[in-house]
Amino acid sequence: MNPTDLRYTKDHEWVRVEGDSATIGITQFATEQLGDIVYVELPAVGSSLQQGAVFGVVESVKAVSDLFAPLSGEVVASNDALSGQPELVNQDPFGTGWMIRVRLADAGEPDALLDAAAYDALSAEA
Amino acid sequence: MADGDPDLRQTPLVAIHRALGARLIEFGGWLMPVQYGGILEEHRAVRERAGLFDLSHMGELFVDGAGAGDGLAHALISDPRALAIGRAHYSMLCASDGGIVDDLIVYRLAEQSFLVVANAANAAVVSDELADRLAGYAAVLDDRSLDTALVAIQGPRAAAVLSPLTTVSLDALRYYAIGEGTVAGIPALVARTGYTGEDGFEVFIDWNKGEAVWNALAAAGSDAGVMACGLGARDTLRLEAGMPLYGNELDRATNPYEAGLGRTVKLDKPGDFVGRTALEKANRDEPTRRLVGLSVTGRGIARHGHRVLVGDRVSGVVTSGTHSPTLGHAIAMAYIAPSDAEPGTMVAVEIRDQPVAAEVVQLPFYRRQR
Repeated sequence: MNPTDLRYTKDHEWVRVEGDSATIGITQFATEQLGDIVYVELPAVGSSLQQGAVFGVVESVKAVSDLFAPLSGEVVASNDALSGQPELVNQDPFGTGWMIRVRLADAGEPDALLDAAAYDALSAEA
Repeated sequence: MADGDPDLRQTPLVAIHRALGARLIEFGGWLMPVQYGGILEEHRAVRERAGLFDLSHMGELFVDGAGAGDGLAHALISDPRALAIGRAHYSMLCASDGGIVDDLIVYRLAEQSFLVVANAANAAVVSDELADRLAGYAAVLDDRSLDTALVAIQGPRAAAVLSPLTTVSLDALRYYAIGEGTVAGIPALVARTGYTGEDGFEVFIDWNKGEAVWNALAAAGSDAGVMACGLGARDTLRLEAGMPLYGNELDRATNPYEAGLGRTVKLDKPGDFVGRTALEKANRDEPTRRLVGLSVTGRGIARHGHRVLVGDRVSGVVTSGTHSPTLGHAIAMAYIAPSDAEPGTMVAVEIRDQPVAAEVVQLPFYRRQR
């Protein structure tokens, strides 16, 4: 169910590594748990992320959830469409609902993340 | 997960909720559906068509006898003796210090017969308090909370869906009125009350008839686009309608005047009632805070507990806040200093340490077209 070309975290973020940068979003499982997303707060381009630290917030009608950085690096792009259309995260979490792109500080970090099979197992348990 | 907690009470509709794919949570000691598909679509269904709600967790307290009216007038801040038979009003049970123990709807079923509907989390406390306060009156309290199922159908199409199923004449049933008859052949009390800001009905039936009535309404409403709705949509609907929620806007430390509900206190009713002295004083004194509506103009969603600032000064605190599905931006209710409570006043809500601009507005946020 989860795309096999992505890496995942136990906090339900996904990572697509392309060269020295990575695109980051949250998984379909996460969006199903959150419900209708009505607000997304993302870091400014140029800010630096530390793996495991909070980098943003998603709010559904009922709940507020922190976003945890799956990787360290500098934010090189942020999905501006989400400020007007936060529902894109529900509709297309692995596509147009992406959140930020990061230039990797440590090219080795992605290797330690979960692969699709491991994440499938984790989300099936939850 | 709440789903497996054996200590939670279950309504007679829990199997239906599960079959519909509801997410079940704990609420007021009950296992309740928070949403089925999604809160936004359920909310829209109620505003545009109709929604079906399981409210069987609410408390139903029947009070009967020659002294029922006098006893309730002593126990509550309203005067149920003033109700015509078949009518209802909003009321509260207050402590002797004027603090709100629960907010209630009181229905007059007959000359000497009343139904008091209490919030789920407070039903036991209200039942105990009423029993105490009715002592000495010729009145019998019958707590039928666990014998009564309550199904609500709310929204502009509610009357059209319910009408063919019931012997109660809905054309003659005014807002805040109640009638006795049948729904889908099952003996029922049908009230034109609700908590959504829409026209709608609340149907009281025997506990073991809950499923039958729900299924009949769901079947009759499928062509009209009636949708099962959970507590999530119930909360966004009531907040848009500017209706207070016990535990958020109302609690033991709050009196009805601060909540803007002073009109429900009948200080001129004959006889003493619990809380009278304190409430007379609260009515005389200038309140130290007022309940207001906030329309959030900046980016962010105000939530329960966020501080409200005017410049560097803390003016108050948000009691309820959400994204308004109808208006498309964040709204909130808050207690703030009376000097800041004038509609049009610009304030800030502190969201994750950042001030976000908001404007004080008149409640409600949403009023249906009549």
